[in-house]
Amino acid sequence: MPASPNSVDWFPLWLSLRVAALATIIVVTLGTLCAYLLSHKQFRGKDFFDSLVTLPLVLPPTVLGYYLLVVIGRASPLGRFYEWMTGSPLVFTWQAAVVAAVIHSAPIYIKAARAVLESVDYRFEWAAQSLGASELRTFWRVTLPLARRGLSSLATLAFARSLGDFGVTIMVAGNIPGRTQTLSVAIYDAVESGNGHAARVLVSVVSVGALLLLWAAAYFSRSPRLSTSAG
Amino acid sequence: MTAPTDVIVDARLLKRLPPARDSEAFDLNVHLRAGPGITVLFGSSGAGKTLTLNCLAGFSRPDEGRILVRDEIYFDAAARVHLPPQQRRIGYMFQDHALFPHMTVRENLRFAASVAAGANSRGLQRNRRVNELLDLFELTDLAQRTPAQLSGGQKQRAALARVLIGEPRLLLLDEPTRGLDSRLRNAFYDVLHKTRQRLNIPALLVTHDLDECSELADFVYLIERGRFVQAGPRDAVFAKPASIEVARMLGFENILTAEIVALDPGRNTSRLAVLDTVLEGPYLPGHLIGDRGSVCIREHEMKVAASKGSGQVNRLSLRVLKTTPVPAGIRISFEQGVSAIAGESEWLEWRTNERLWVTIHPQAIHFIG
Repeated sequence: MPASPNSVDWFPLWLSLRVAALATIIVVTLGTLCAYLLSHKQFRGKDFFDSLVTLPLVLPPTVLGYYLLVVIGRASPLGRFYEWMTGSPLVFTWQAAVVAAVIHSAPIYIKAARAVLESVDYRFEWAAQSLGASELRTFWRVTLPLARRGLSSLATLAFARSLGDFGVTIMVAGNIPGRTQTLSVAIYDAVESGNGHAARVLVSVVSVGALLLLWAAAYFSRSPRLSTSAG
Repeated sequence: MTAPTDVIVDARLLKRLPPARDSEAFDLNVHLRAGPGITVLFGSSGAGKTLTLNCLAGFSRPDEGRILVRDEIYFDAAARVHLPPQQRRIGYMFQDHALFPHMTVRENLRFAASVAAGANSRGLQRNRRVNELLDLFELTDLAQRTPAQLSGGQKQRAALARVLIGEPRLLLLDEPTRGLDSRLRNAFYDVLHKTRQRLNIPALLVTHDLDECSELADFVYLIERGRFVQAGPRDAVFAKPASIEVARMLGFENILTAEIVALDPGRNTSRLAVLDTVLEGPYLPGHLIGDRGSVCIREHEMKVAASKGSGQVNRLSLRVLKTTPVPAGIRISFEQGVSAIAGESEWLEWRTNERLWVTIHPQAIHFIG
């Protein structure tokens, strides 16, 4: 829907918020699990796993997008499974944008969450286990609460980063106005089509929003850390 | 080495640690047998004390060996048995307490009650057990506080209460009074003695503090560089260090080279050439005249006087080199590396004397060949 030069379509903002929220939930859940494995477990191929998780950070978005199209495309087993489950293909939907956002923010989250989980004094975890607590219970009742502030700050960061993906999103979710056009894609679109006003407004929104989120993340991590009051 | 008569814990541990960035390669090779009461693992830091505890608790897996606690196998390298820490029912009191900082004292204890192996699932019983231990360790009024709001001594009591909730079969205490002043230390010793009388749980305590060792130990293992250098009931070990190394660990300040010049089994005495003189010591079974070795004498077992006195043996006239105030009085360092402790008021009388008389009781002389 080509609008008049001075009107701004707010759909991309809401879509981006929804995509980022969902992506953050996925990243925090799966990412914390990965970070726990990396920080607390010894297993074969750990370094390789670590590299694999970090890889999206260094690969060009086009390469990542290409891989994703192969992995979740309509011809792939994963894509077919998704289509069979939900009745619609995954690529070129807003859900694909969620996948792109996850890929965009997970590496940073996992790397930092690993450091946060490693910084929890192992003696608290040992104490719990020695008292009889299972590993899961130790994680849930001891490790996680002690890492909560650090992980909250990282979740905020992950949310902010999820808002900003462009390359992978445009490759796997496309640029369908009103359906898959996220904020960053919409800005690209506005600049391309000469809609300077929309571009300026959206750029301002993204910048201010990102700044506020980083501020929040800094606030979370600045508050006194529980695990340091042990001495 | 001597073992306690009634063995509850029998652990044979071999563990090799490769060199790391901040430590050399380390090699633990010990056979520990502990009976009821308090067994102290005494040694300097880096001797392998904490590693021994971690092996017993299941956080470190020995390369070889076997761990038996009340005839239950916790670890057996040959049979590939390695019980996880959760199933060992060992109450491990870590250095610096490790009370969960995000929980109150009551929550810490309740957590322990809810996860204890074989815990009866009835919440009511658990609550009663928590209250019982809060009461026993005088923590009832502090139950709603978090560890950060407790003093050092209170943290100690809370940590001890927490490990006792699950009725452990063995108590491991890793330097429990580190960072406490002497008043709190003594208070904690009292708590430990009381606990011991009431609960009869064998305890293995790690320390590098000689006073703590002599205060608490029923049985002592002296550990140095991953090996036990001496073991036995406390009094036996403290009275008869088996080597010069042990004598140093046990606080024998005076270690002087000596040679046996006479042995008299009839009068139960010996004569030893030490410094420029001959000292009388106890009879030394198993030694021959002419044997060379060292005599070890504790500072506080040497008497210092200004005049020679009469009718006493083992008197030495020594020149004073320097003095240092110590908690017990004044340490006087003499020539030839001899040192002794004198009372402060006495010292004030003699302070102008250049030489003083030192008397050593024959029974205070320990000869190591």
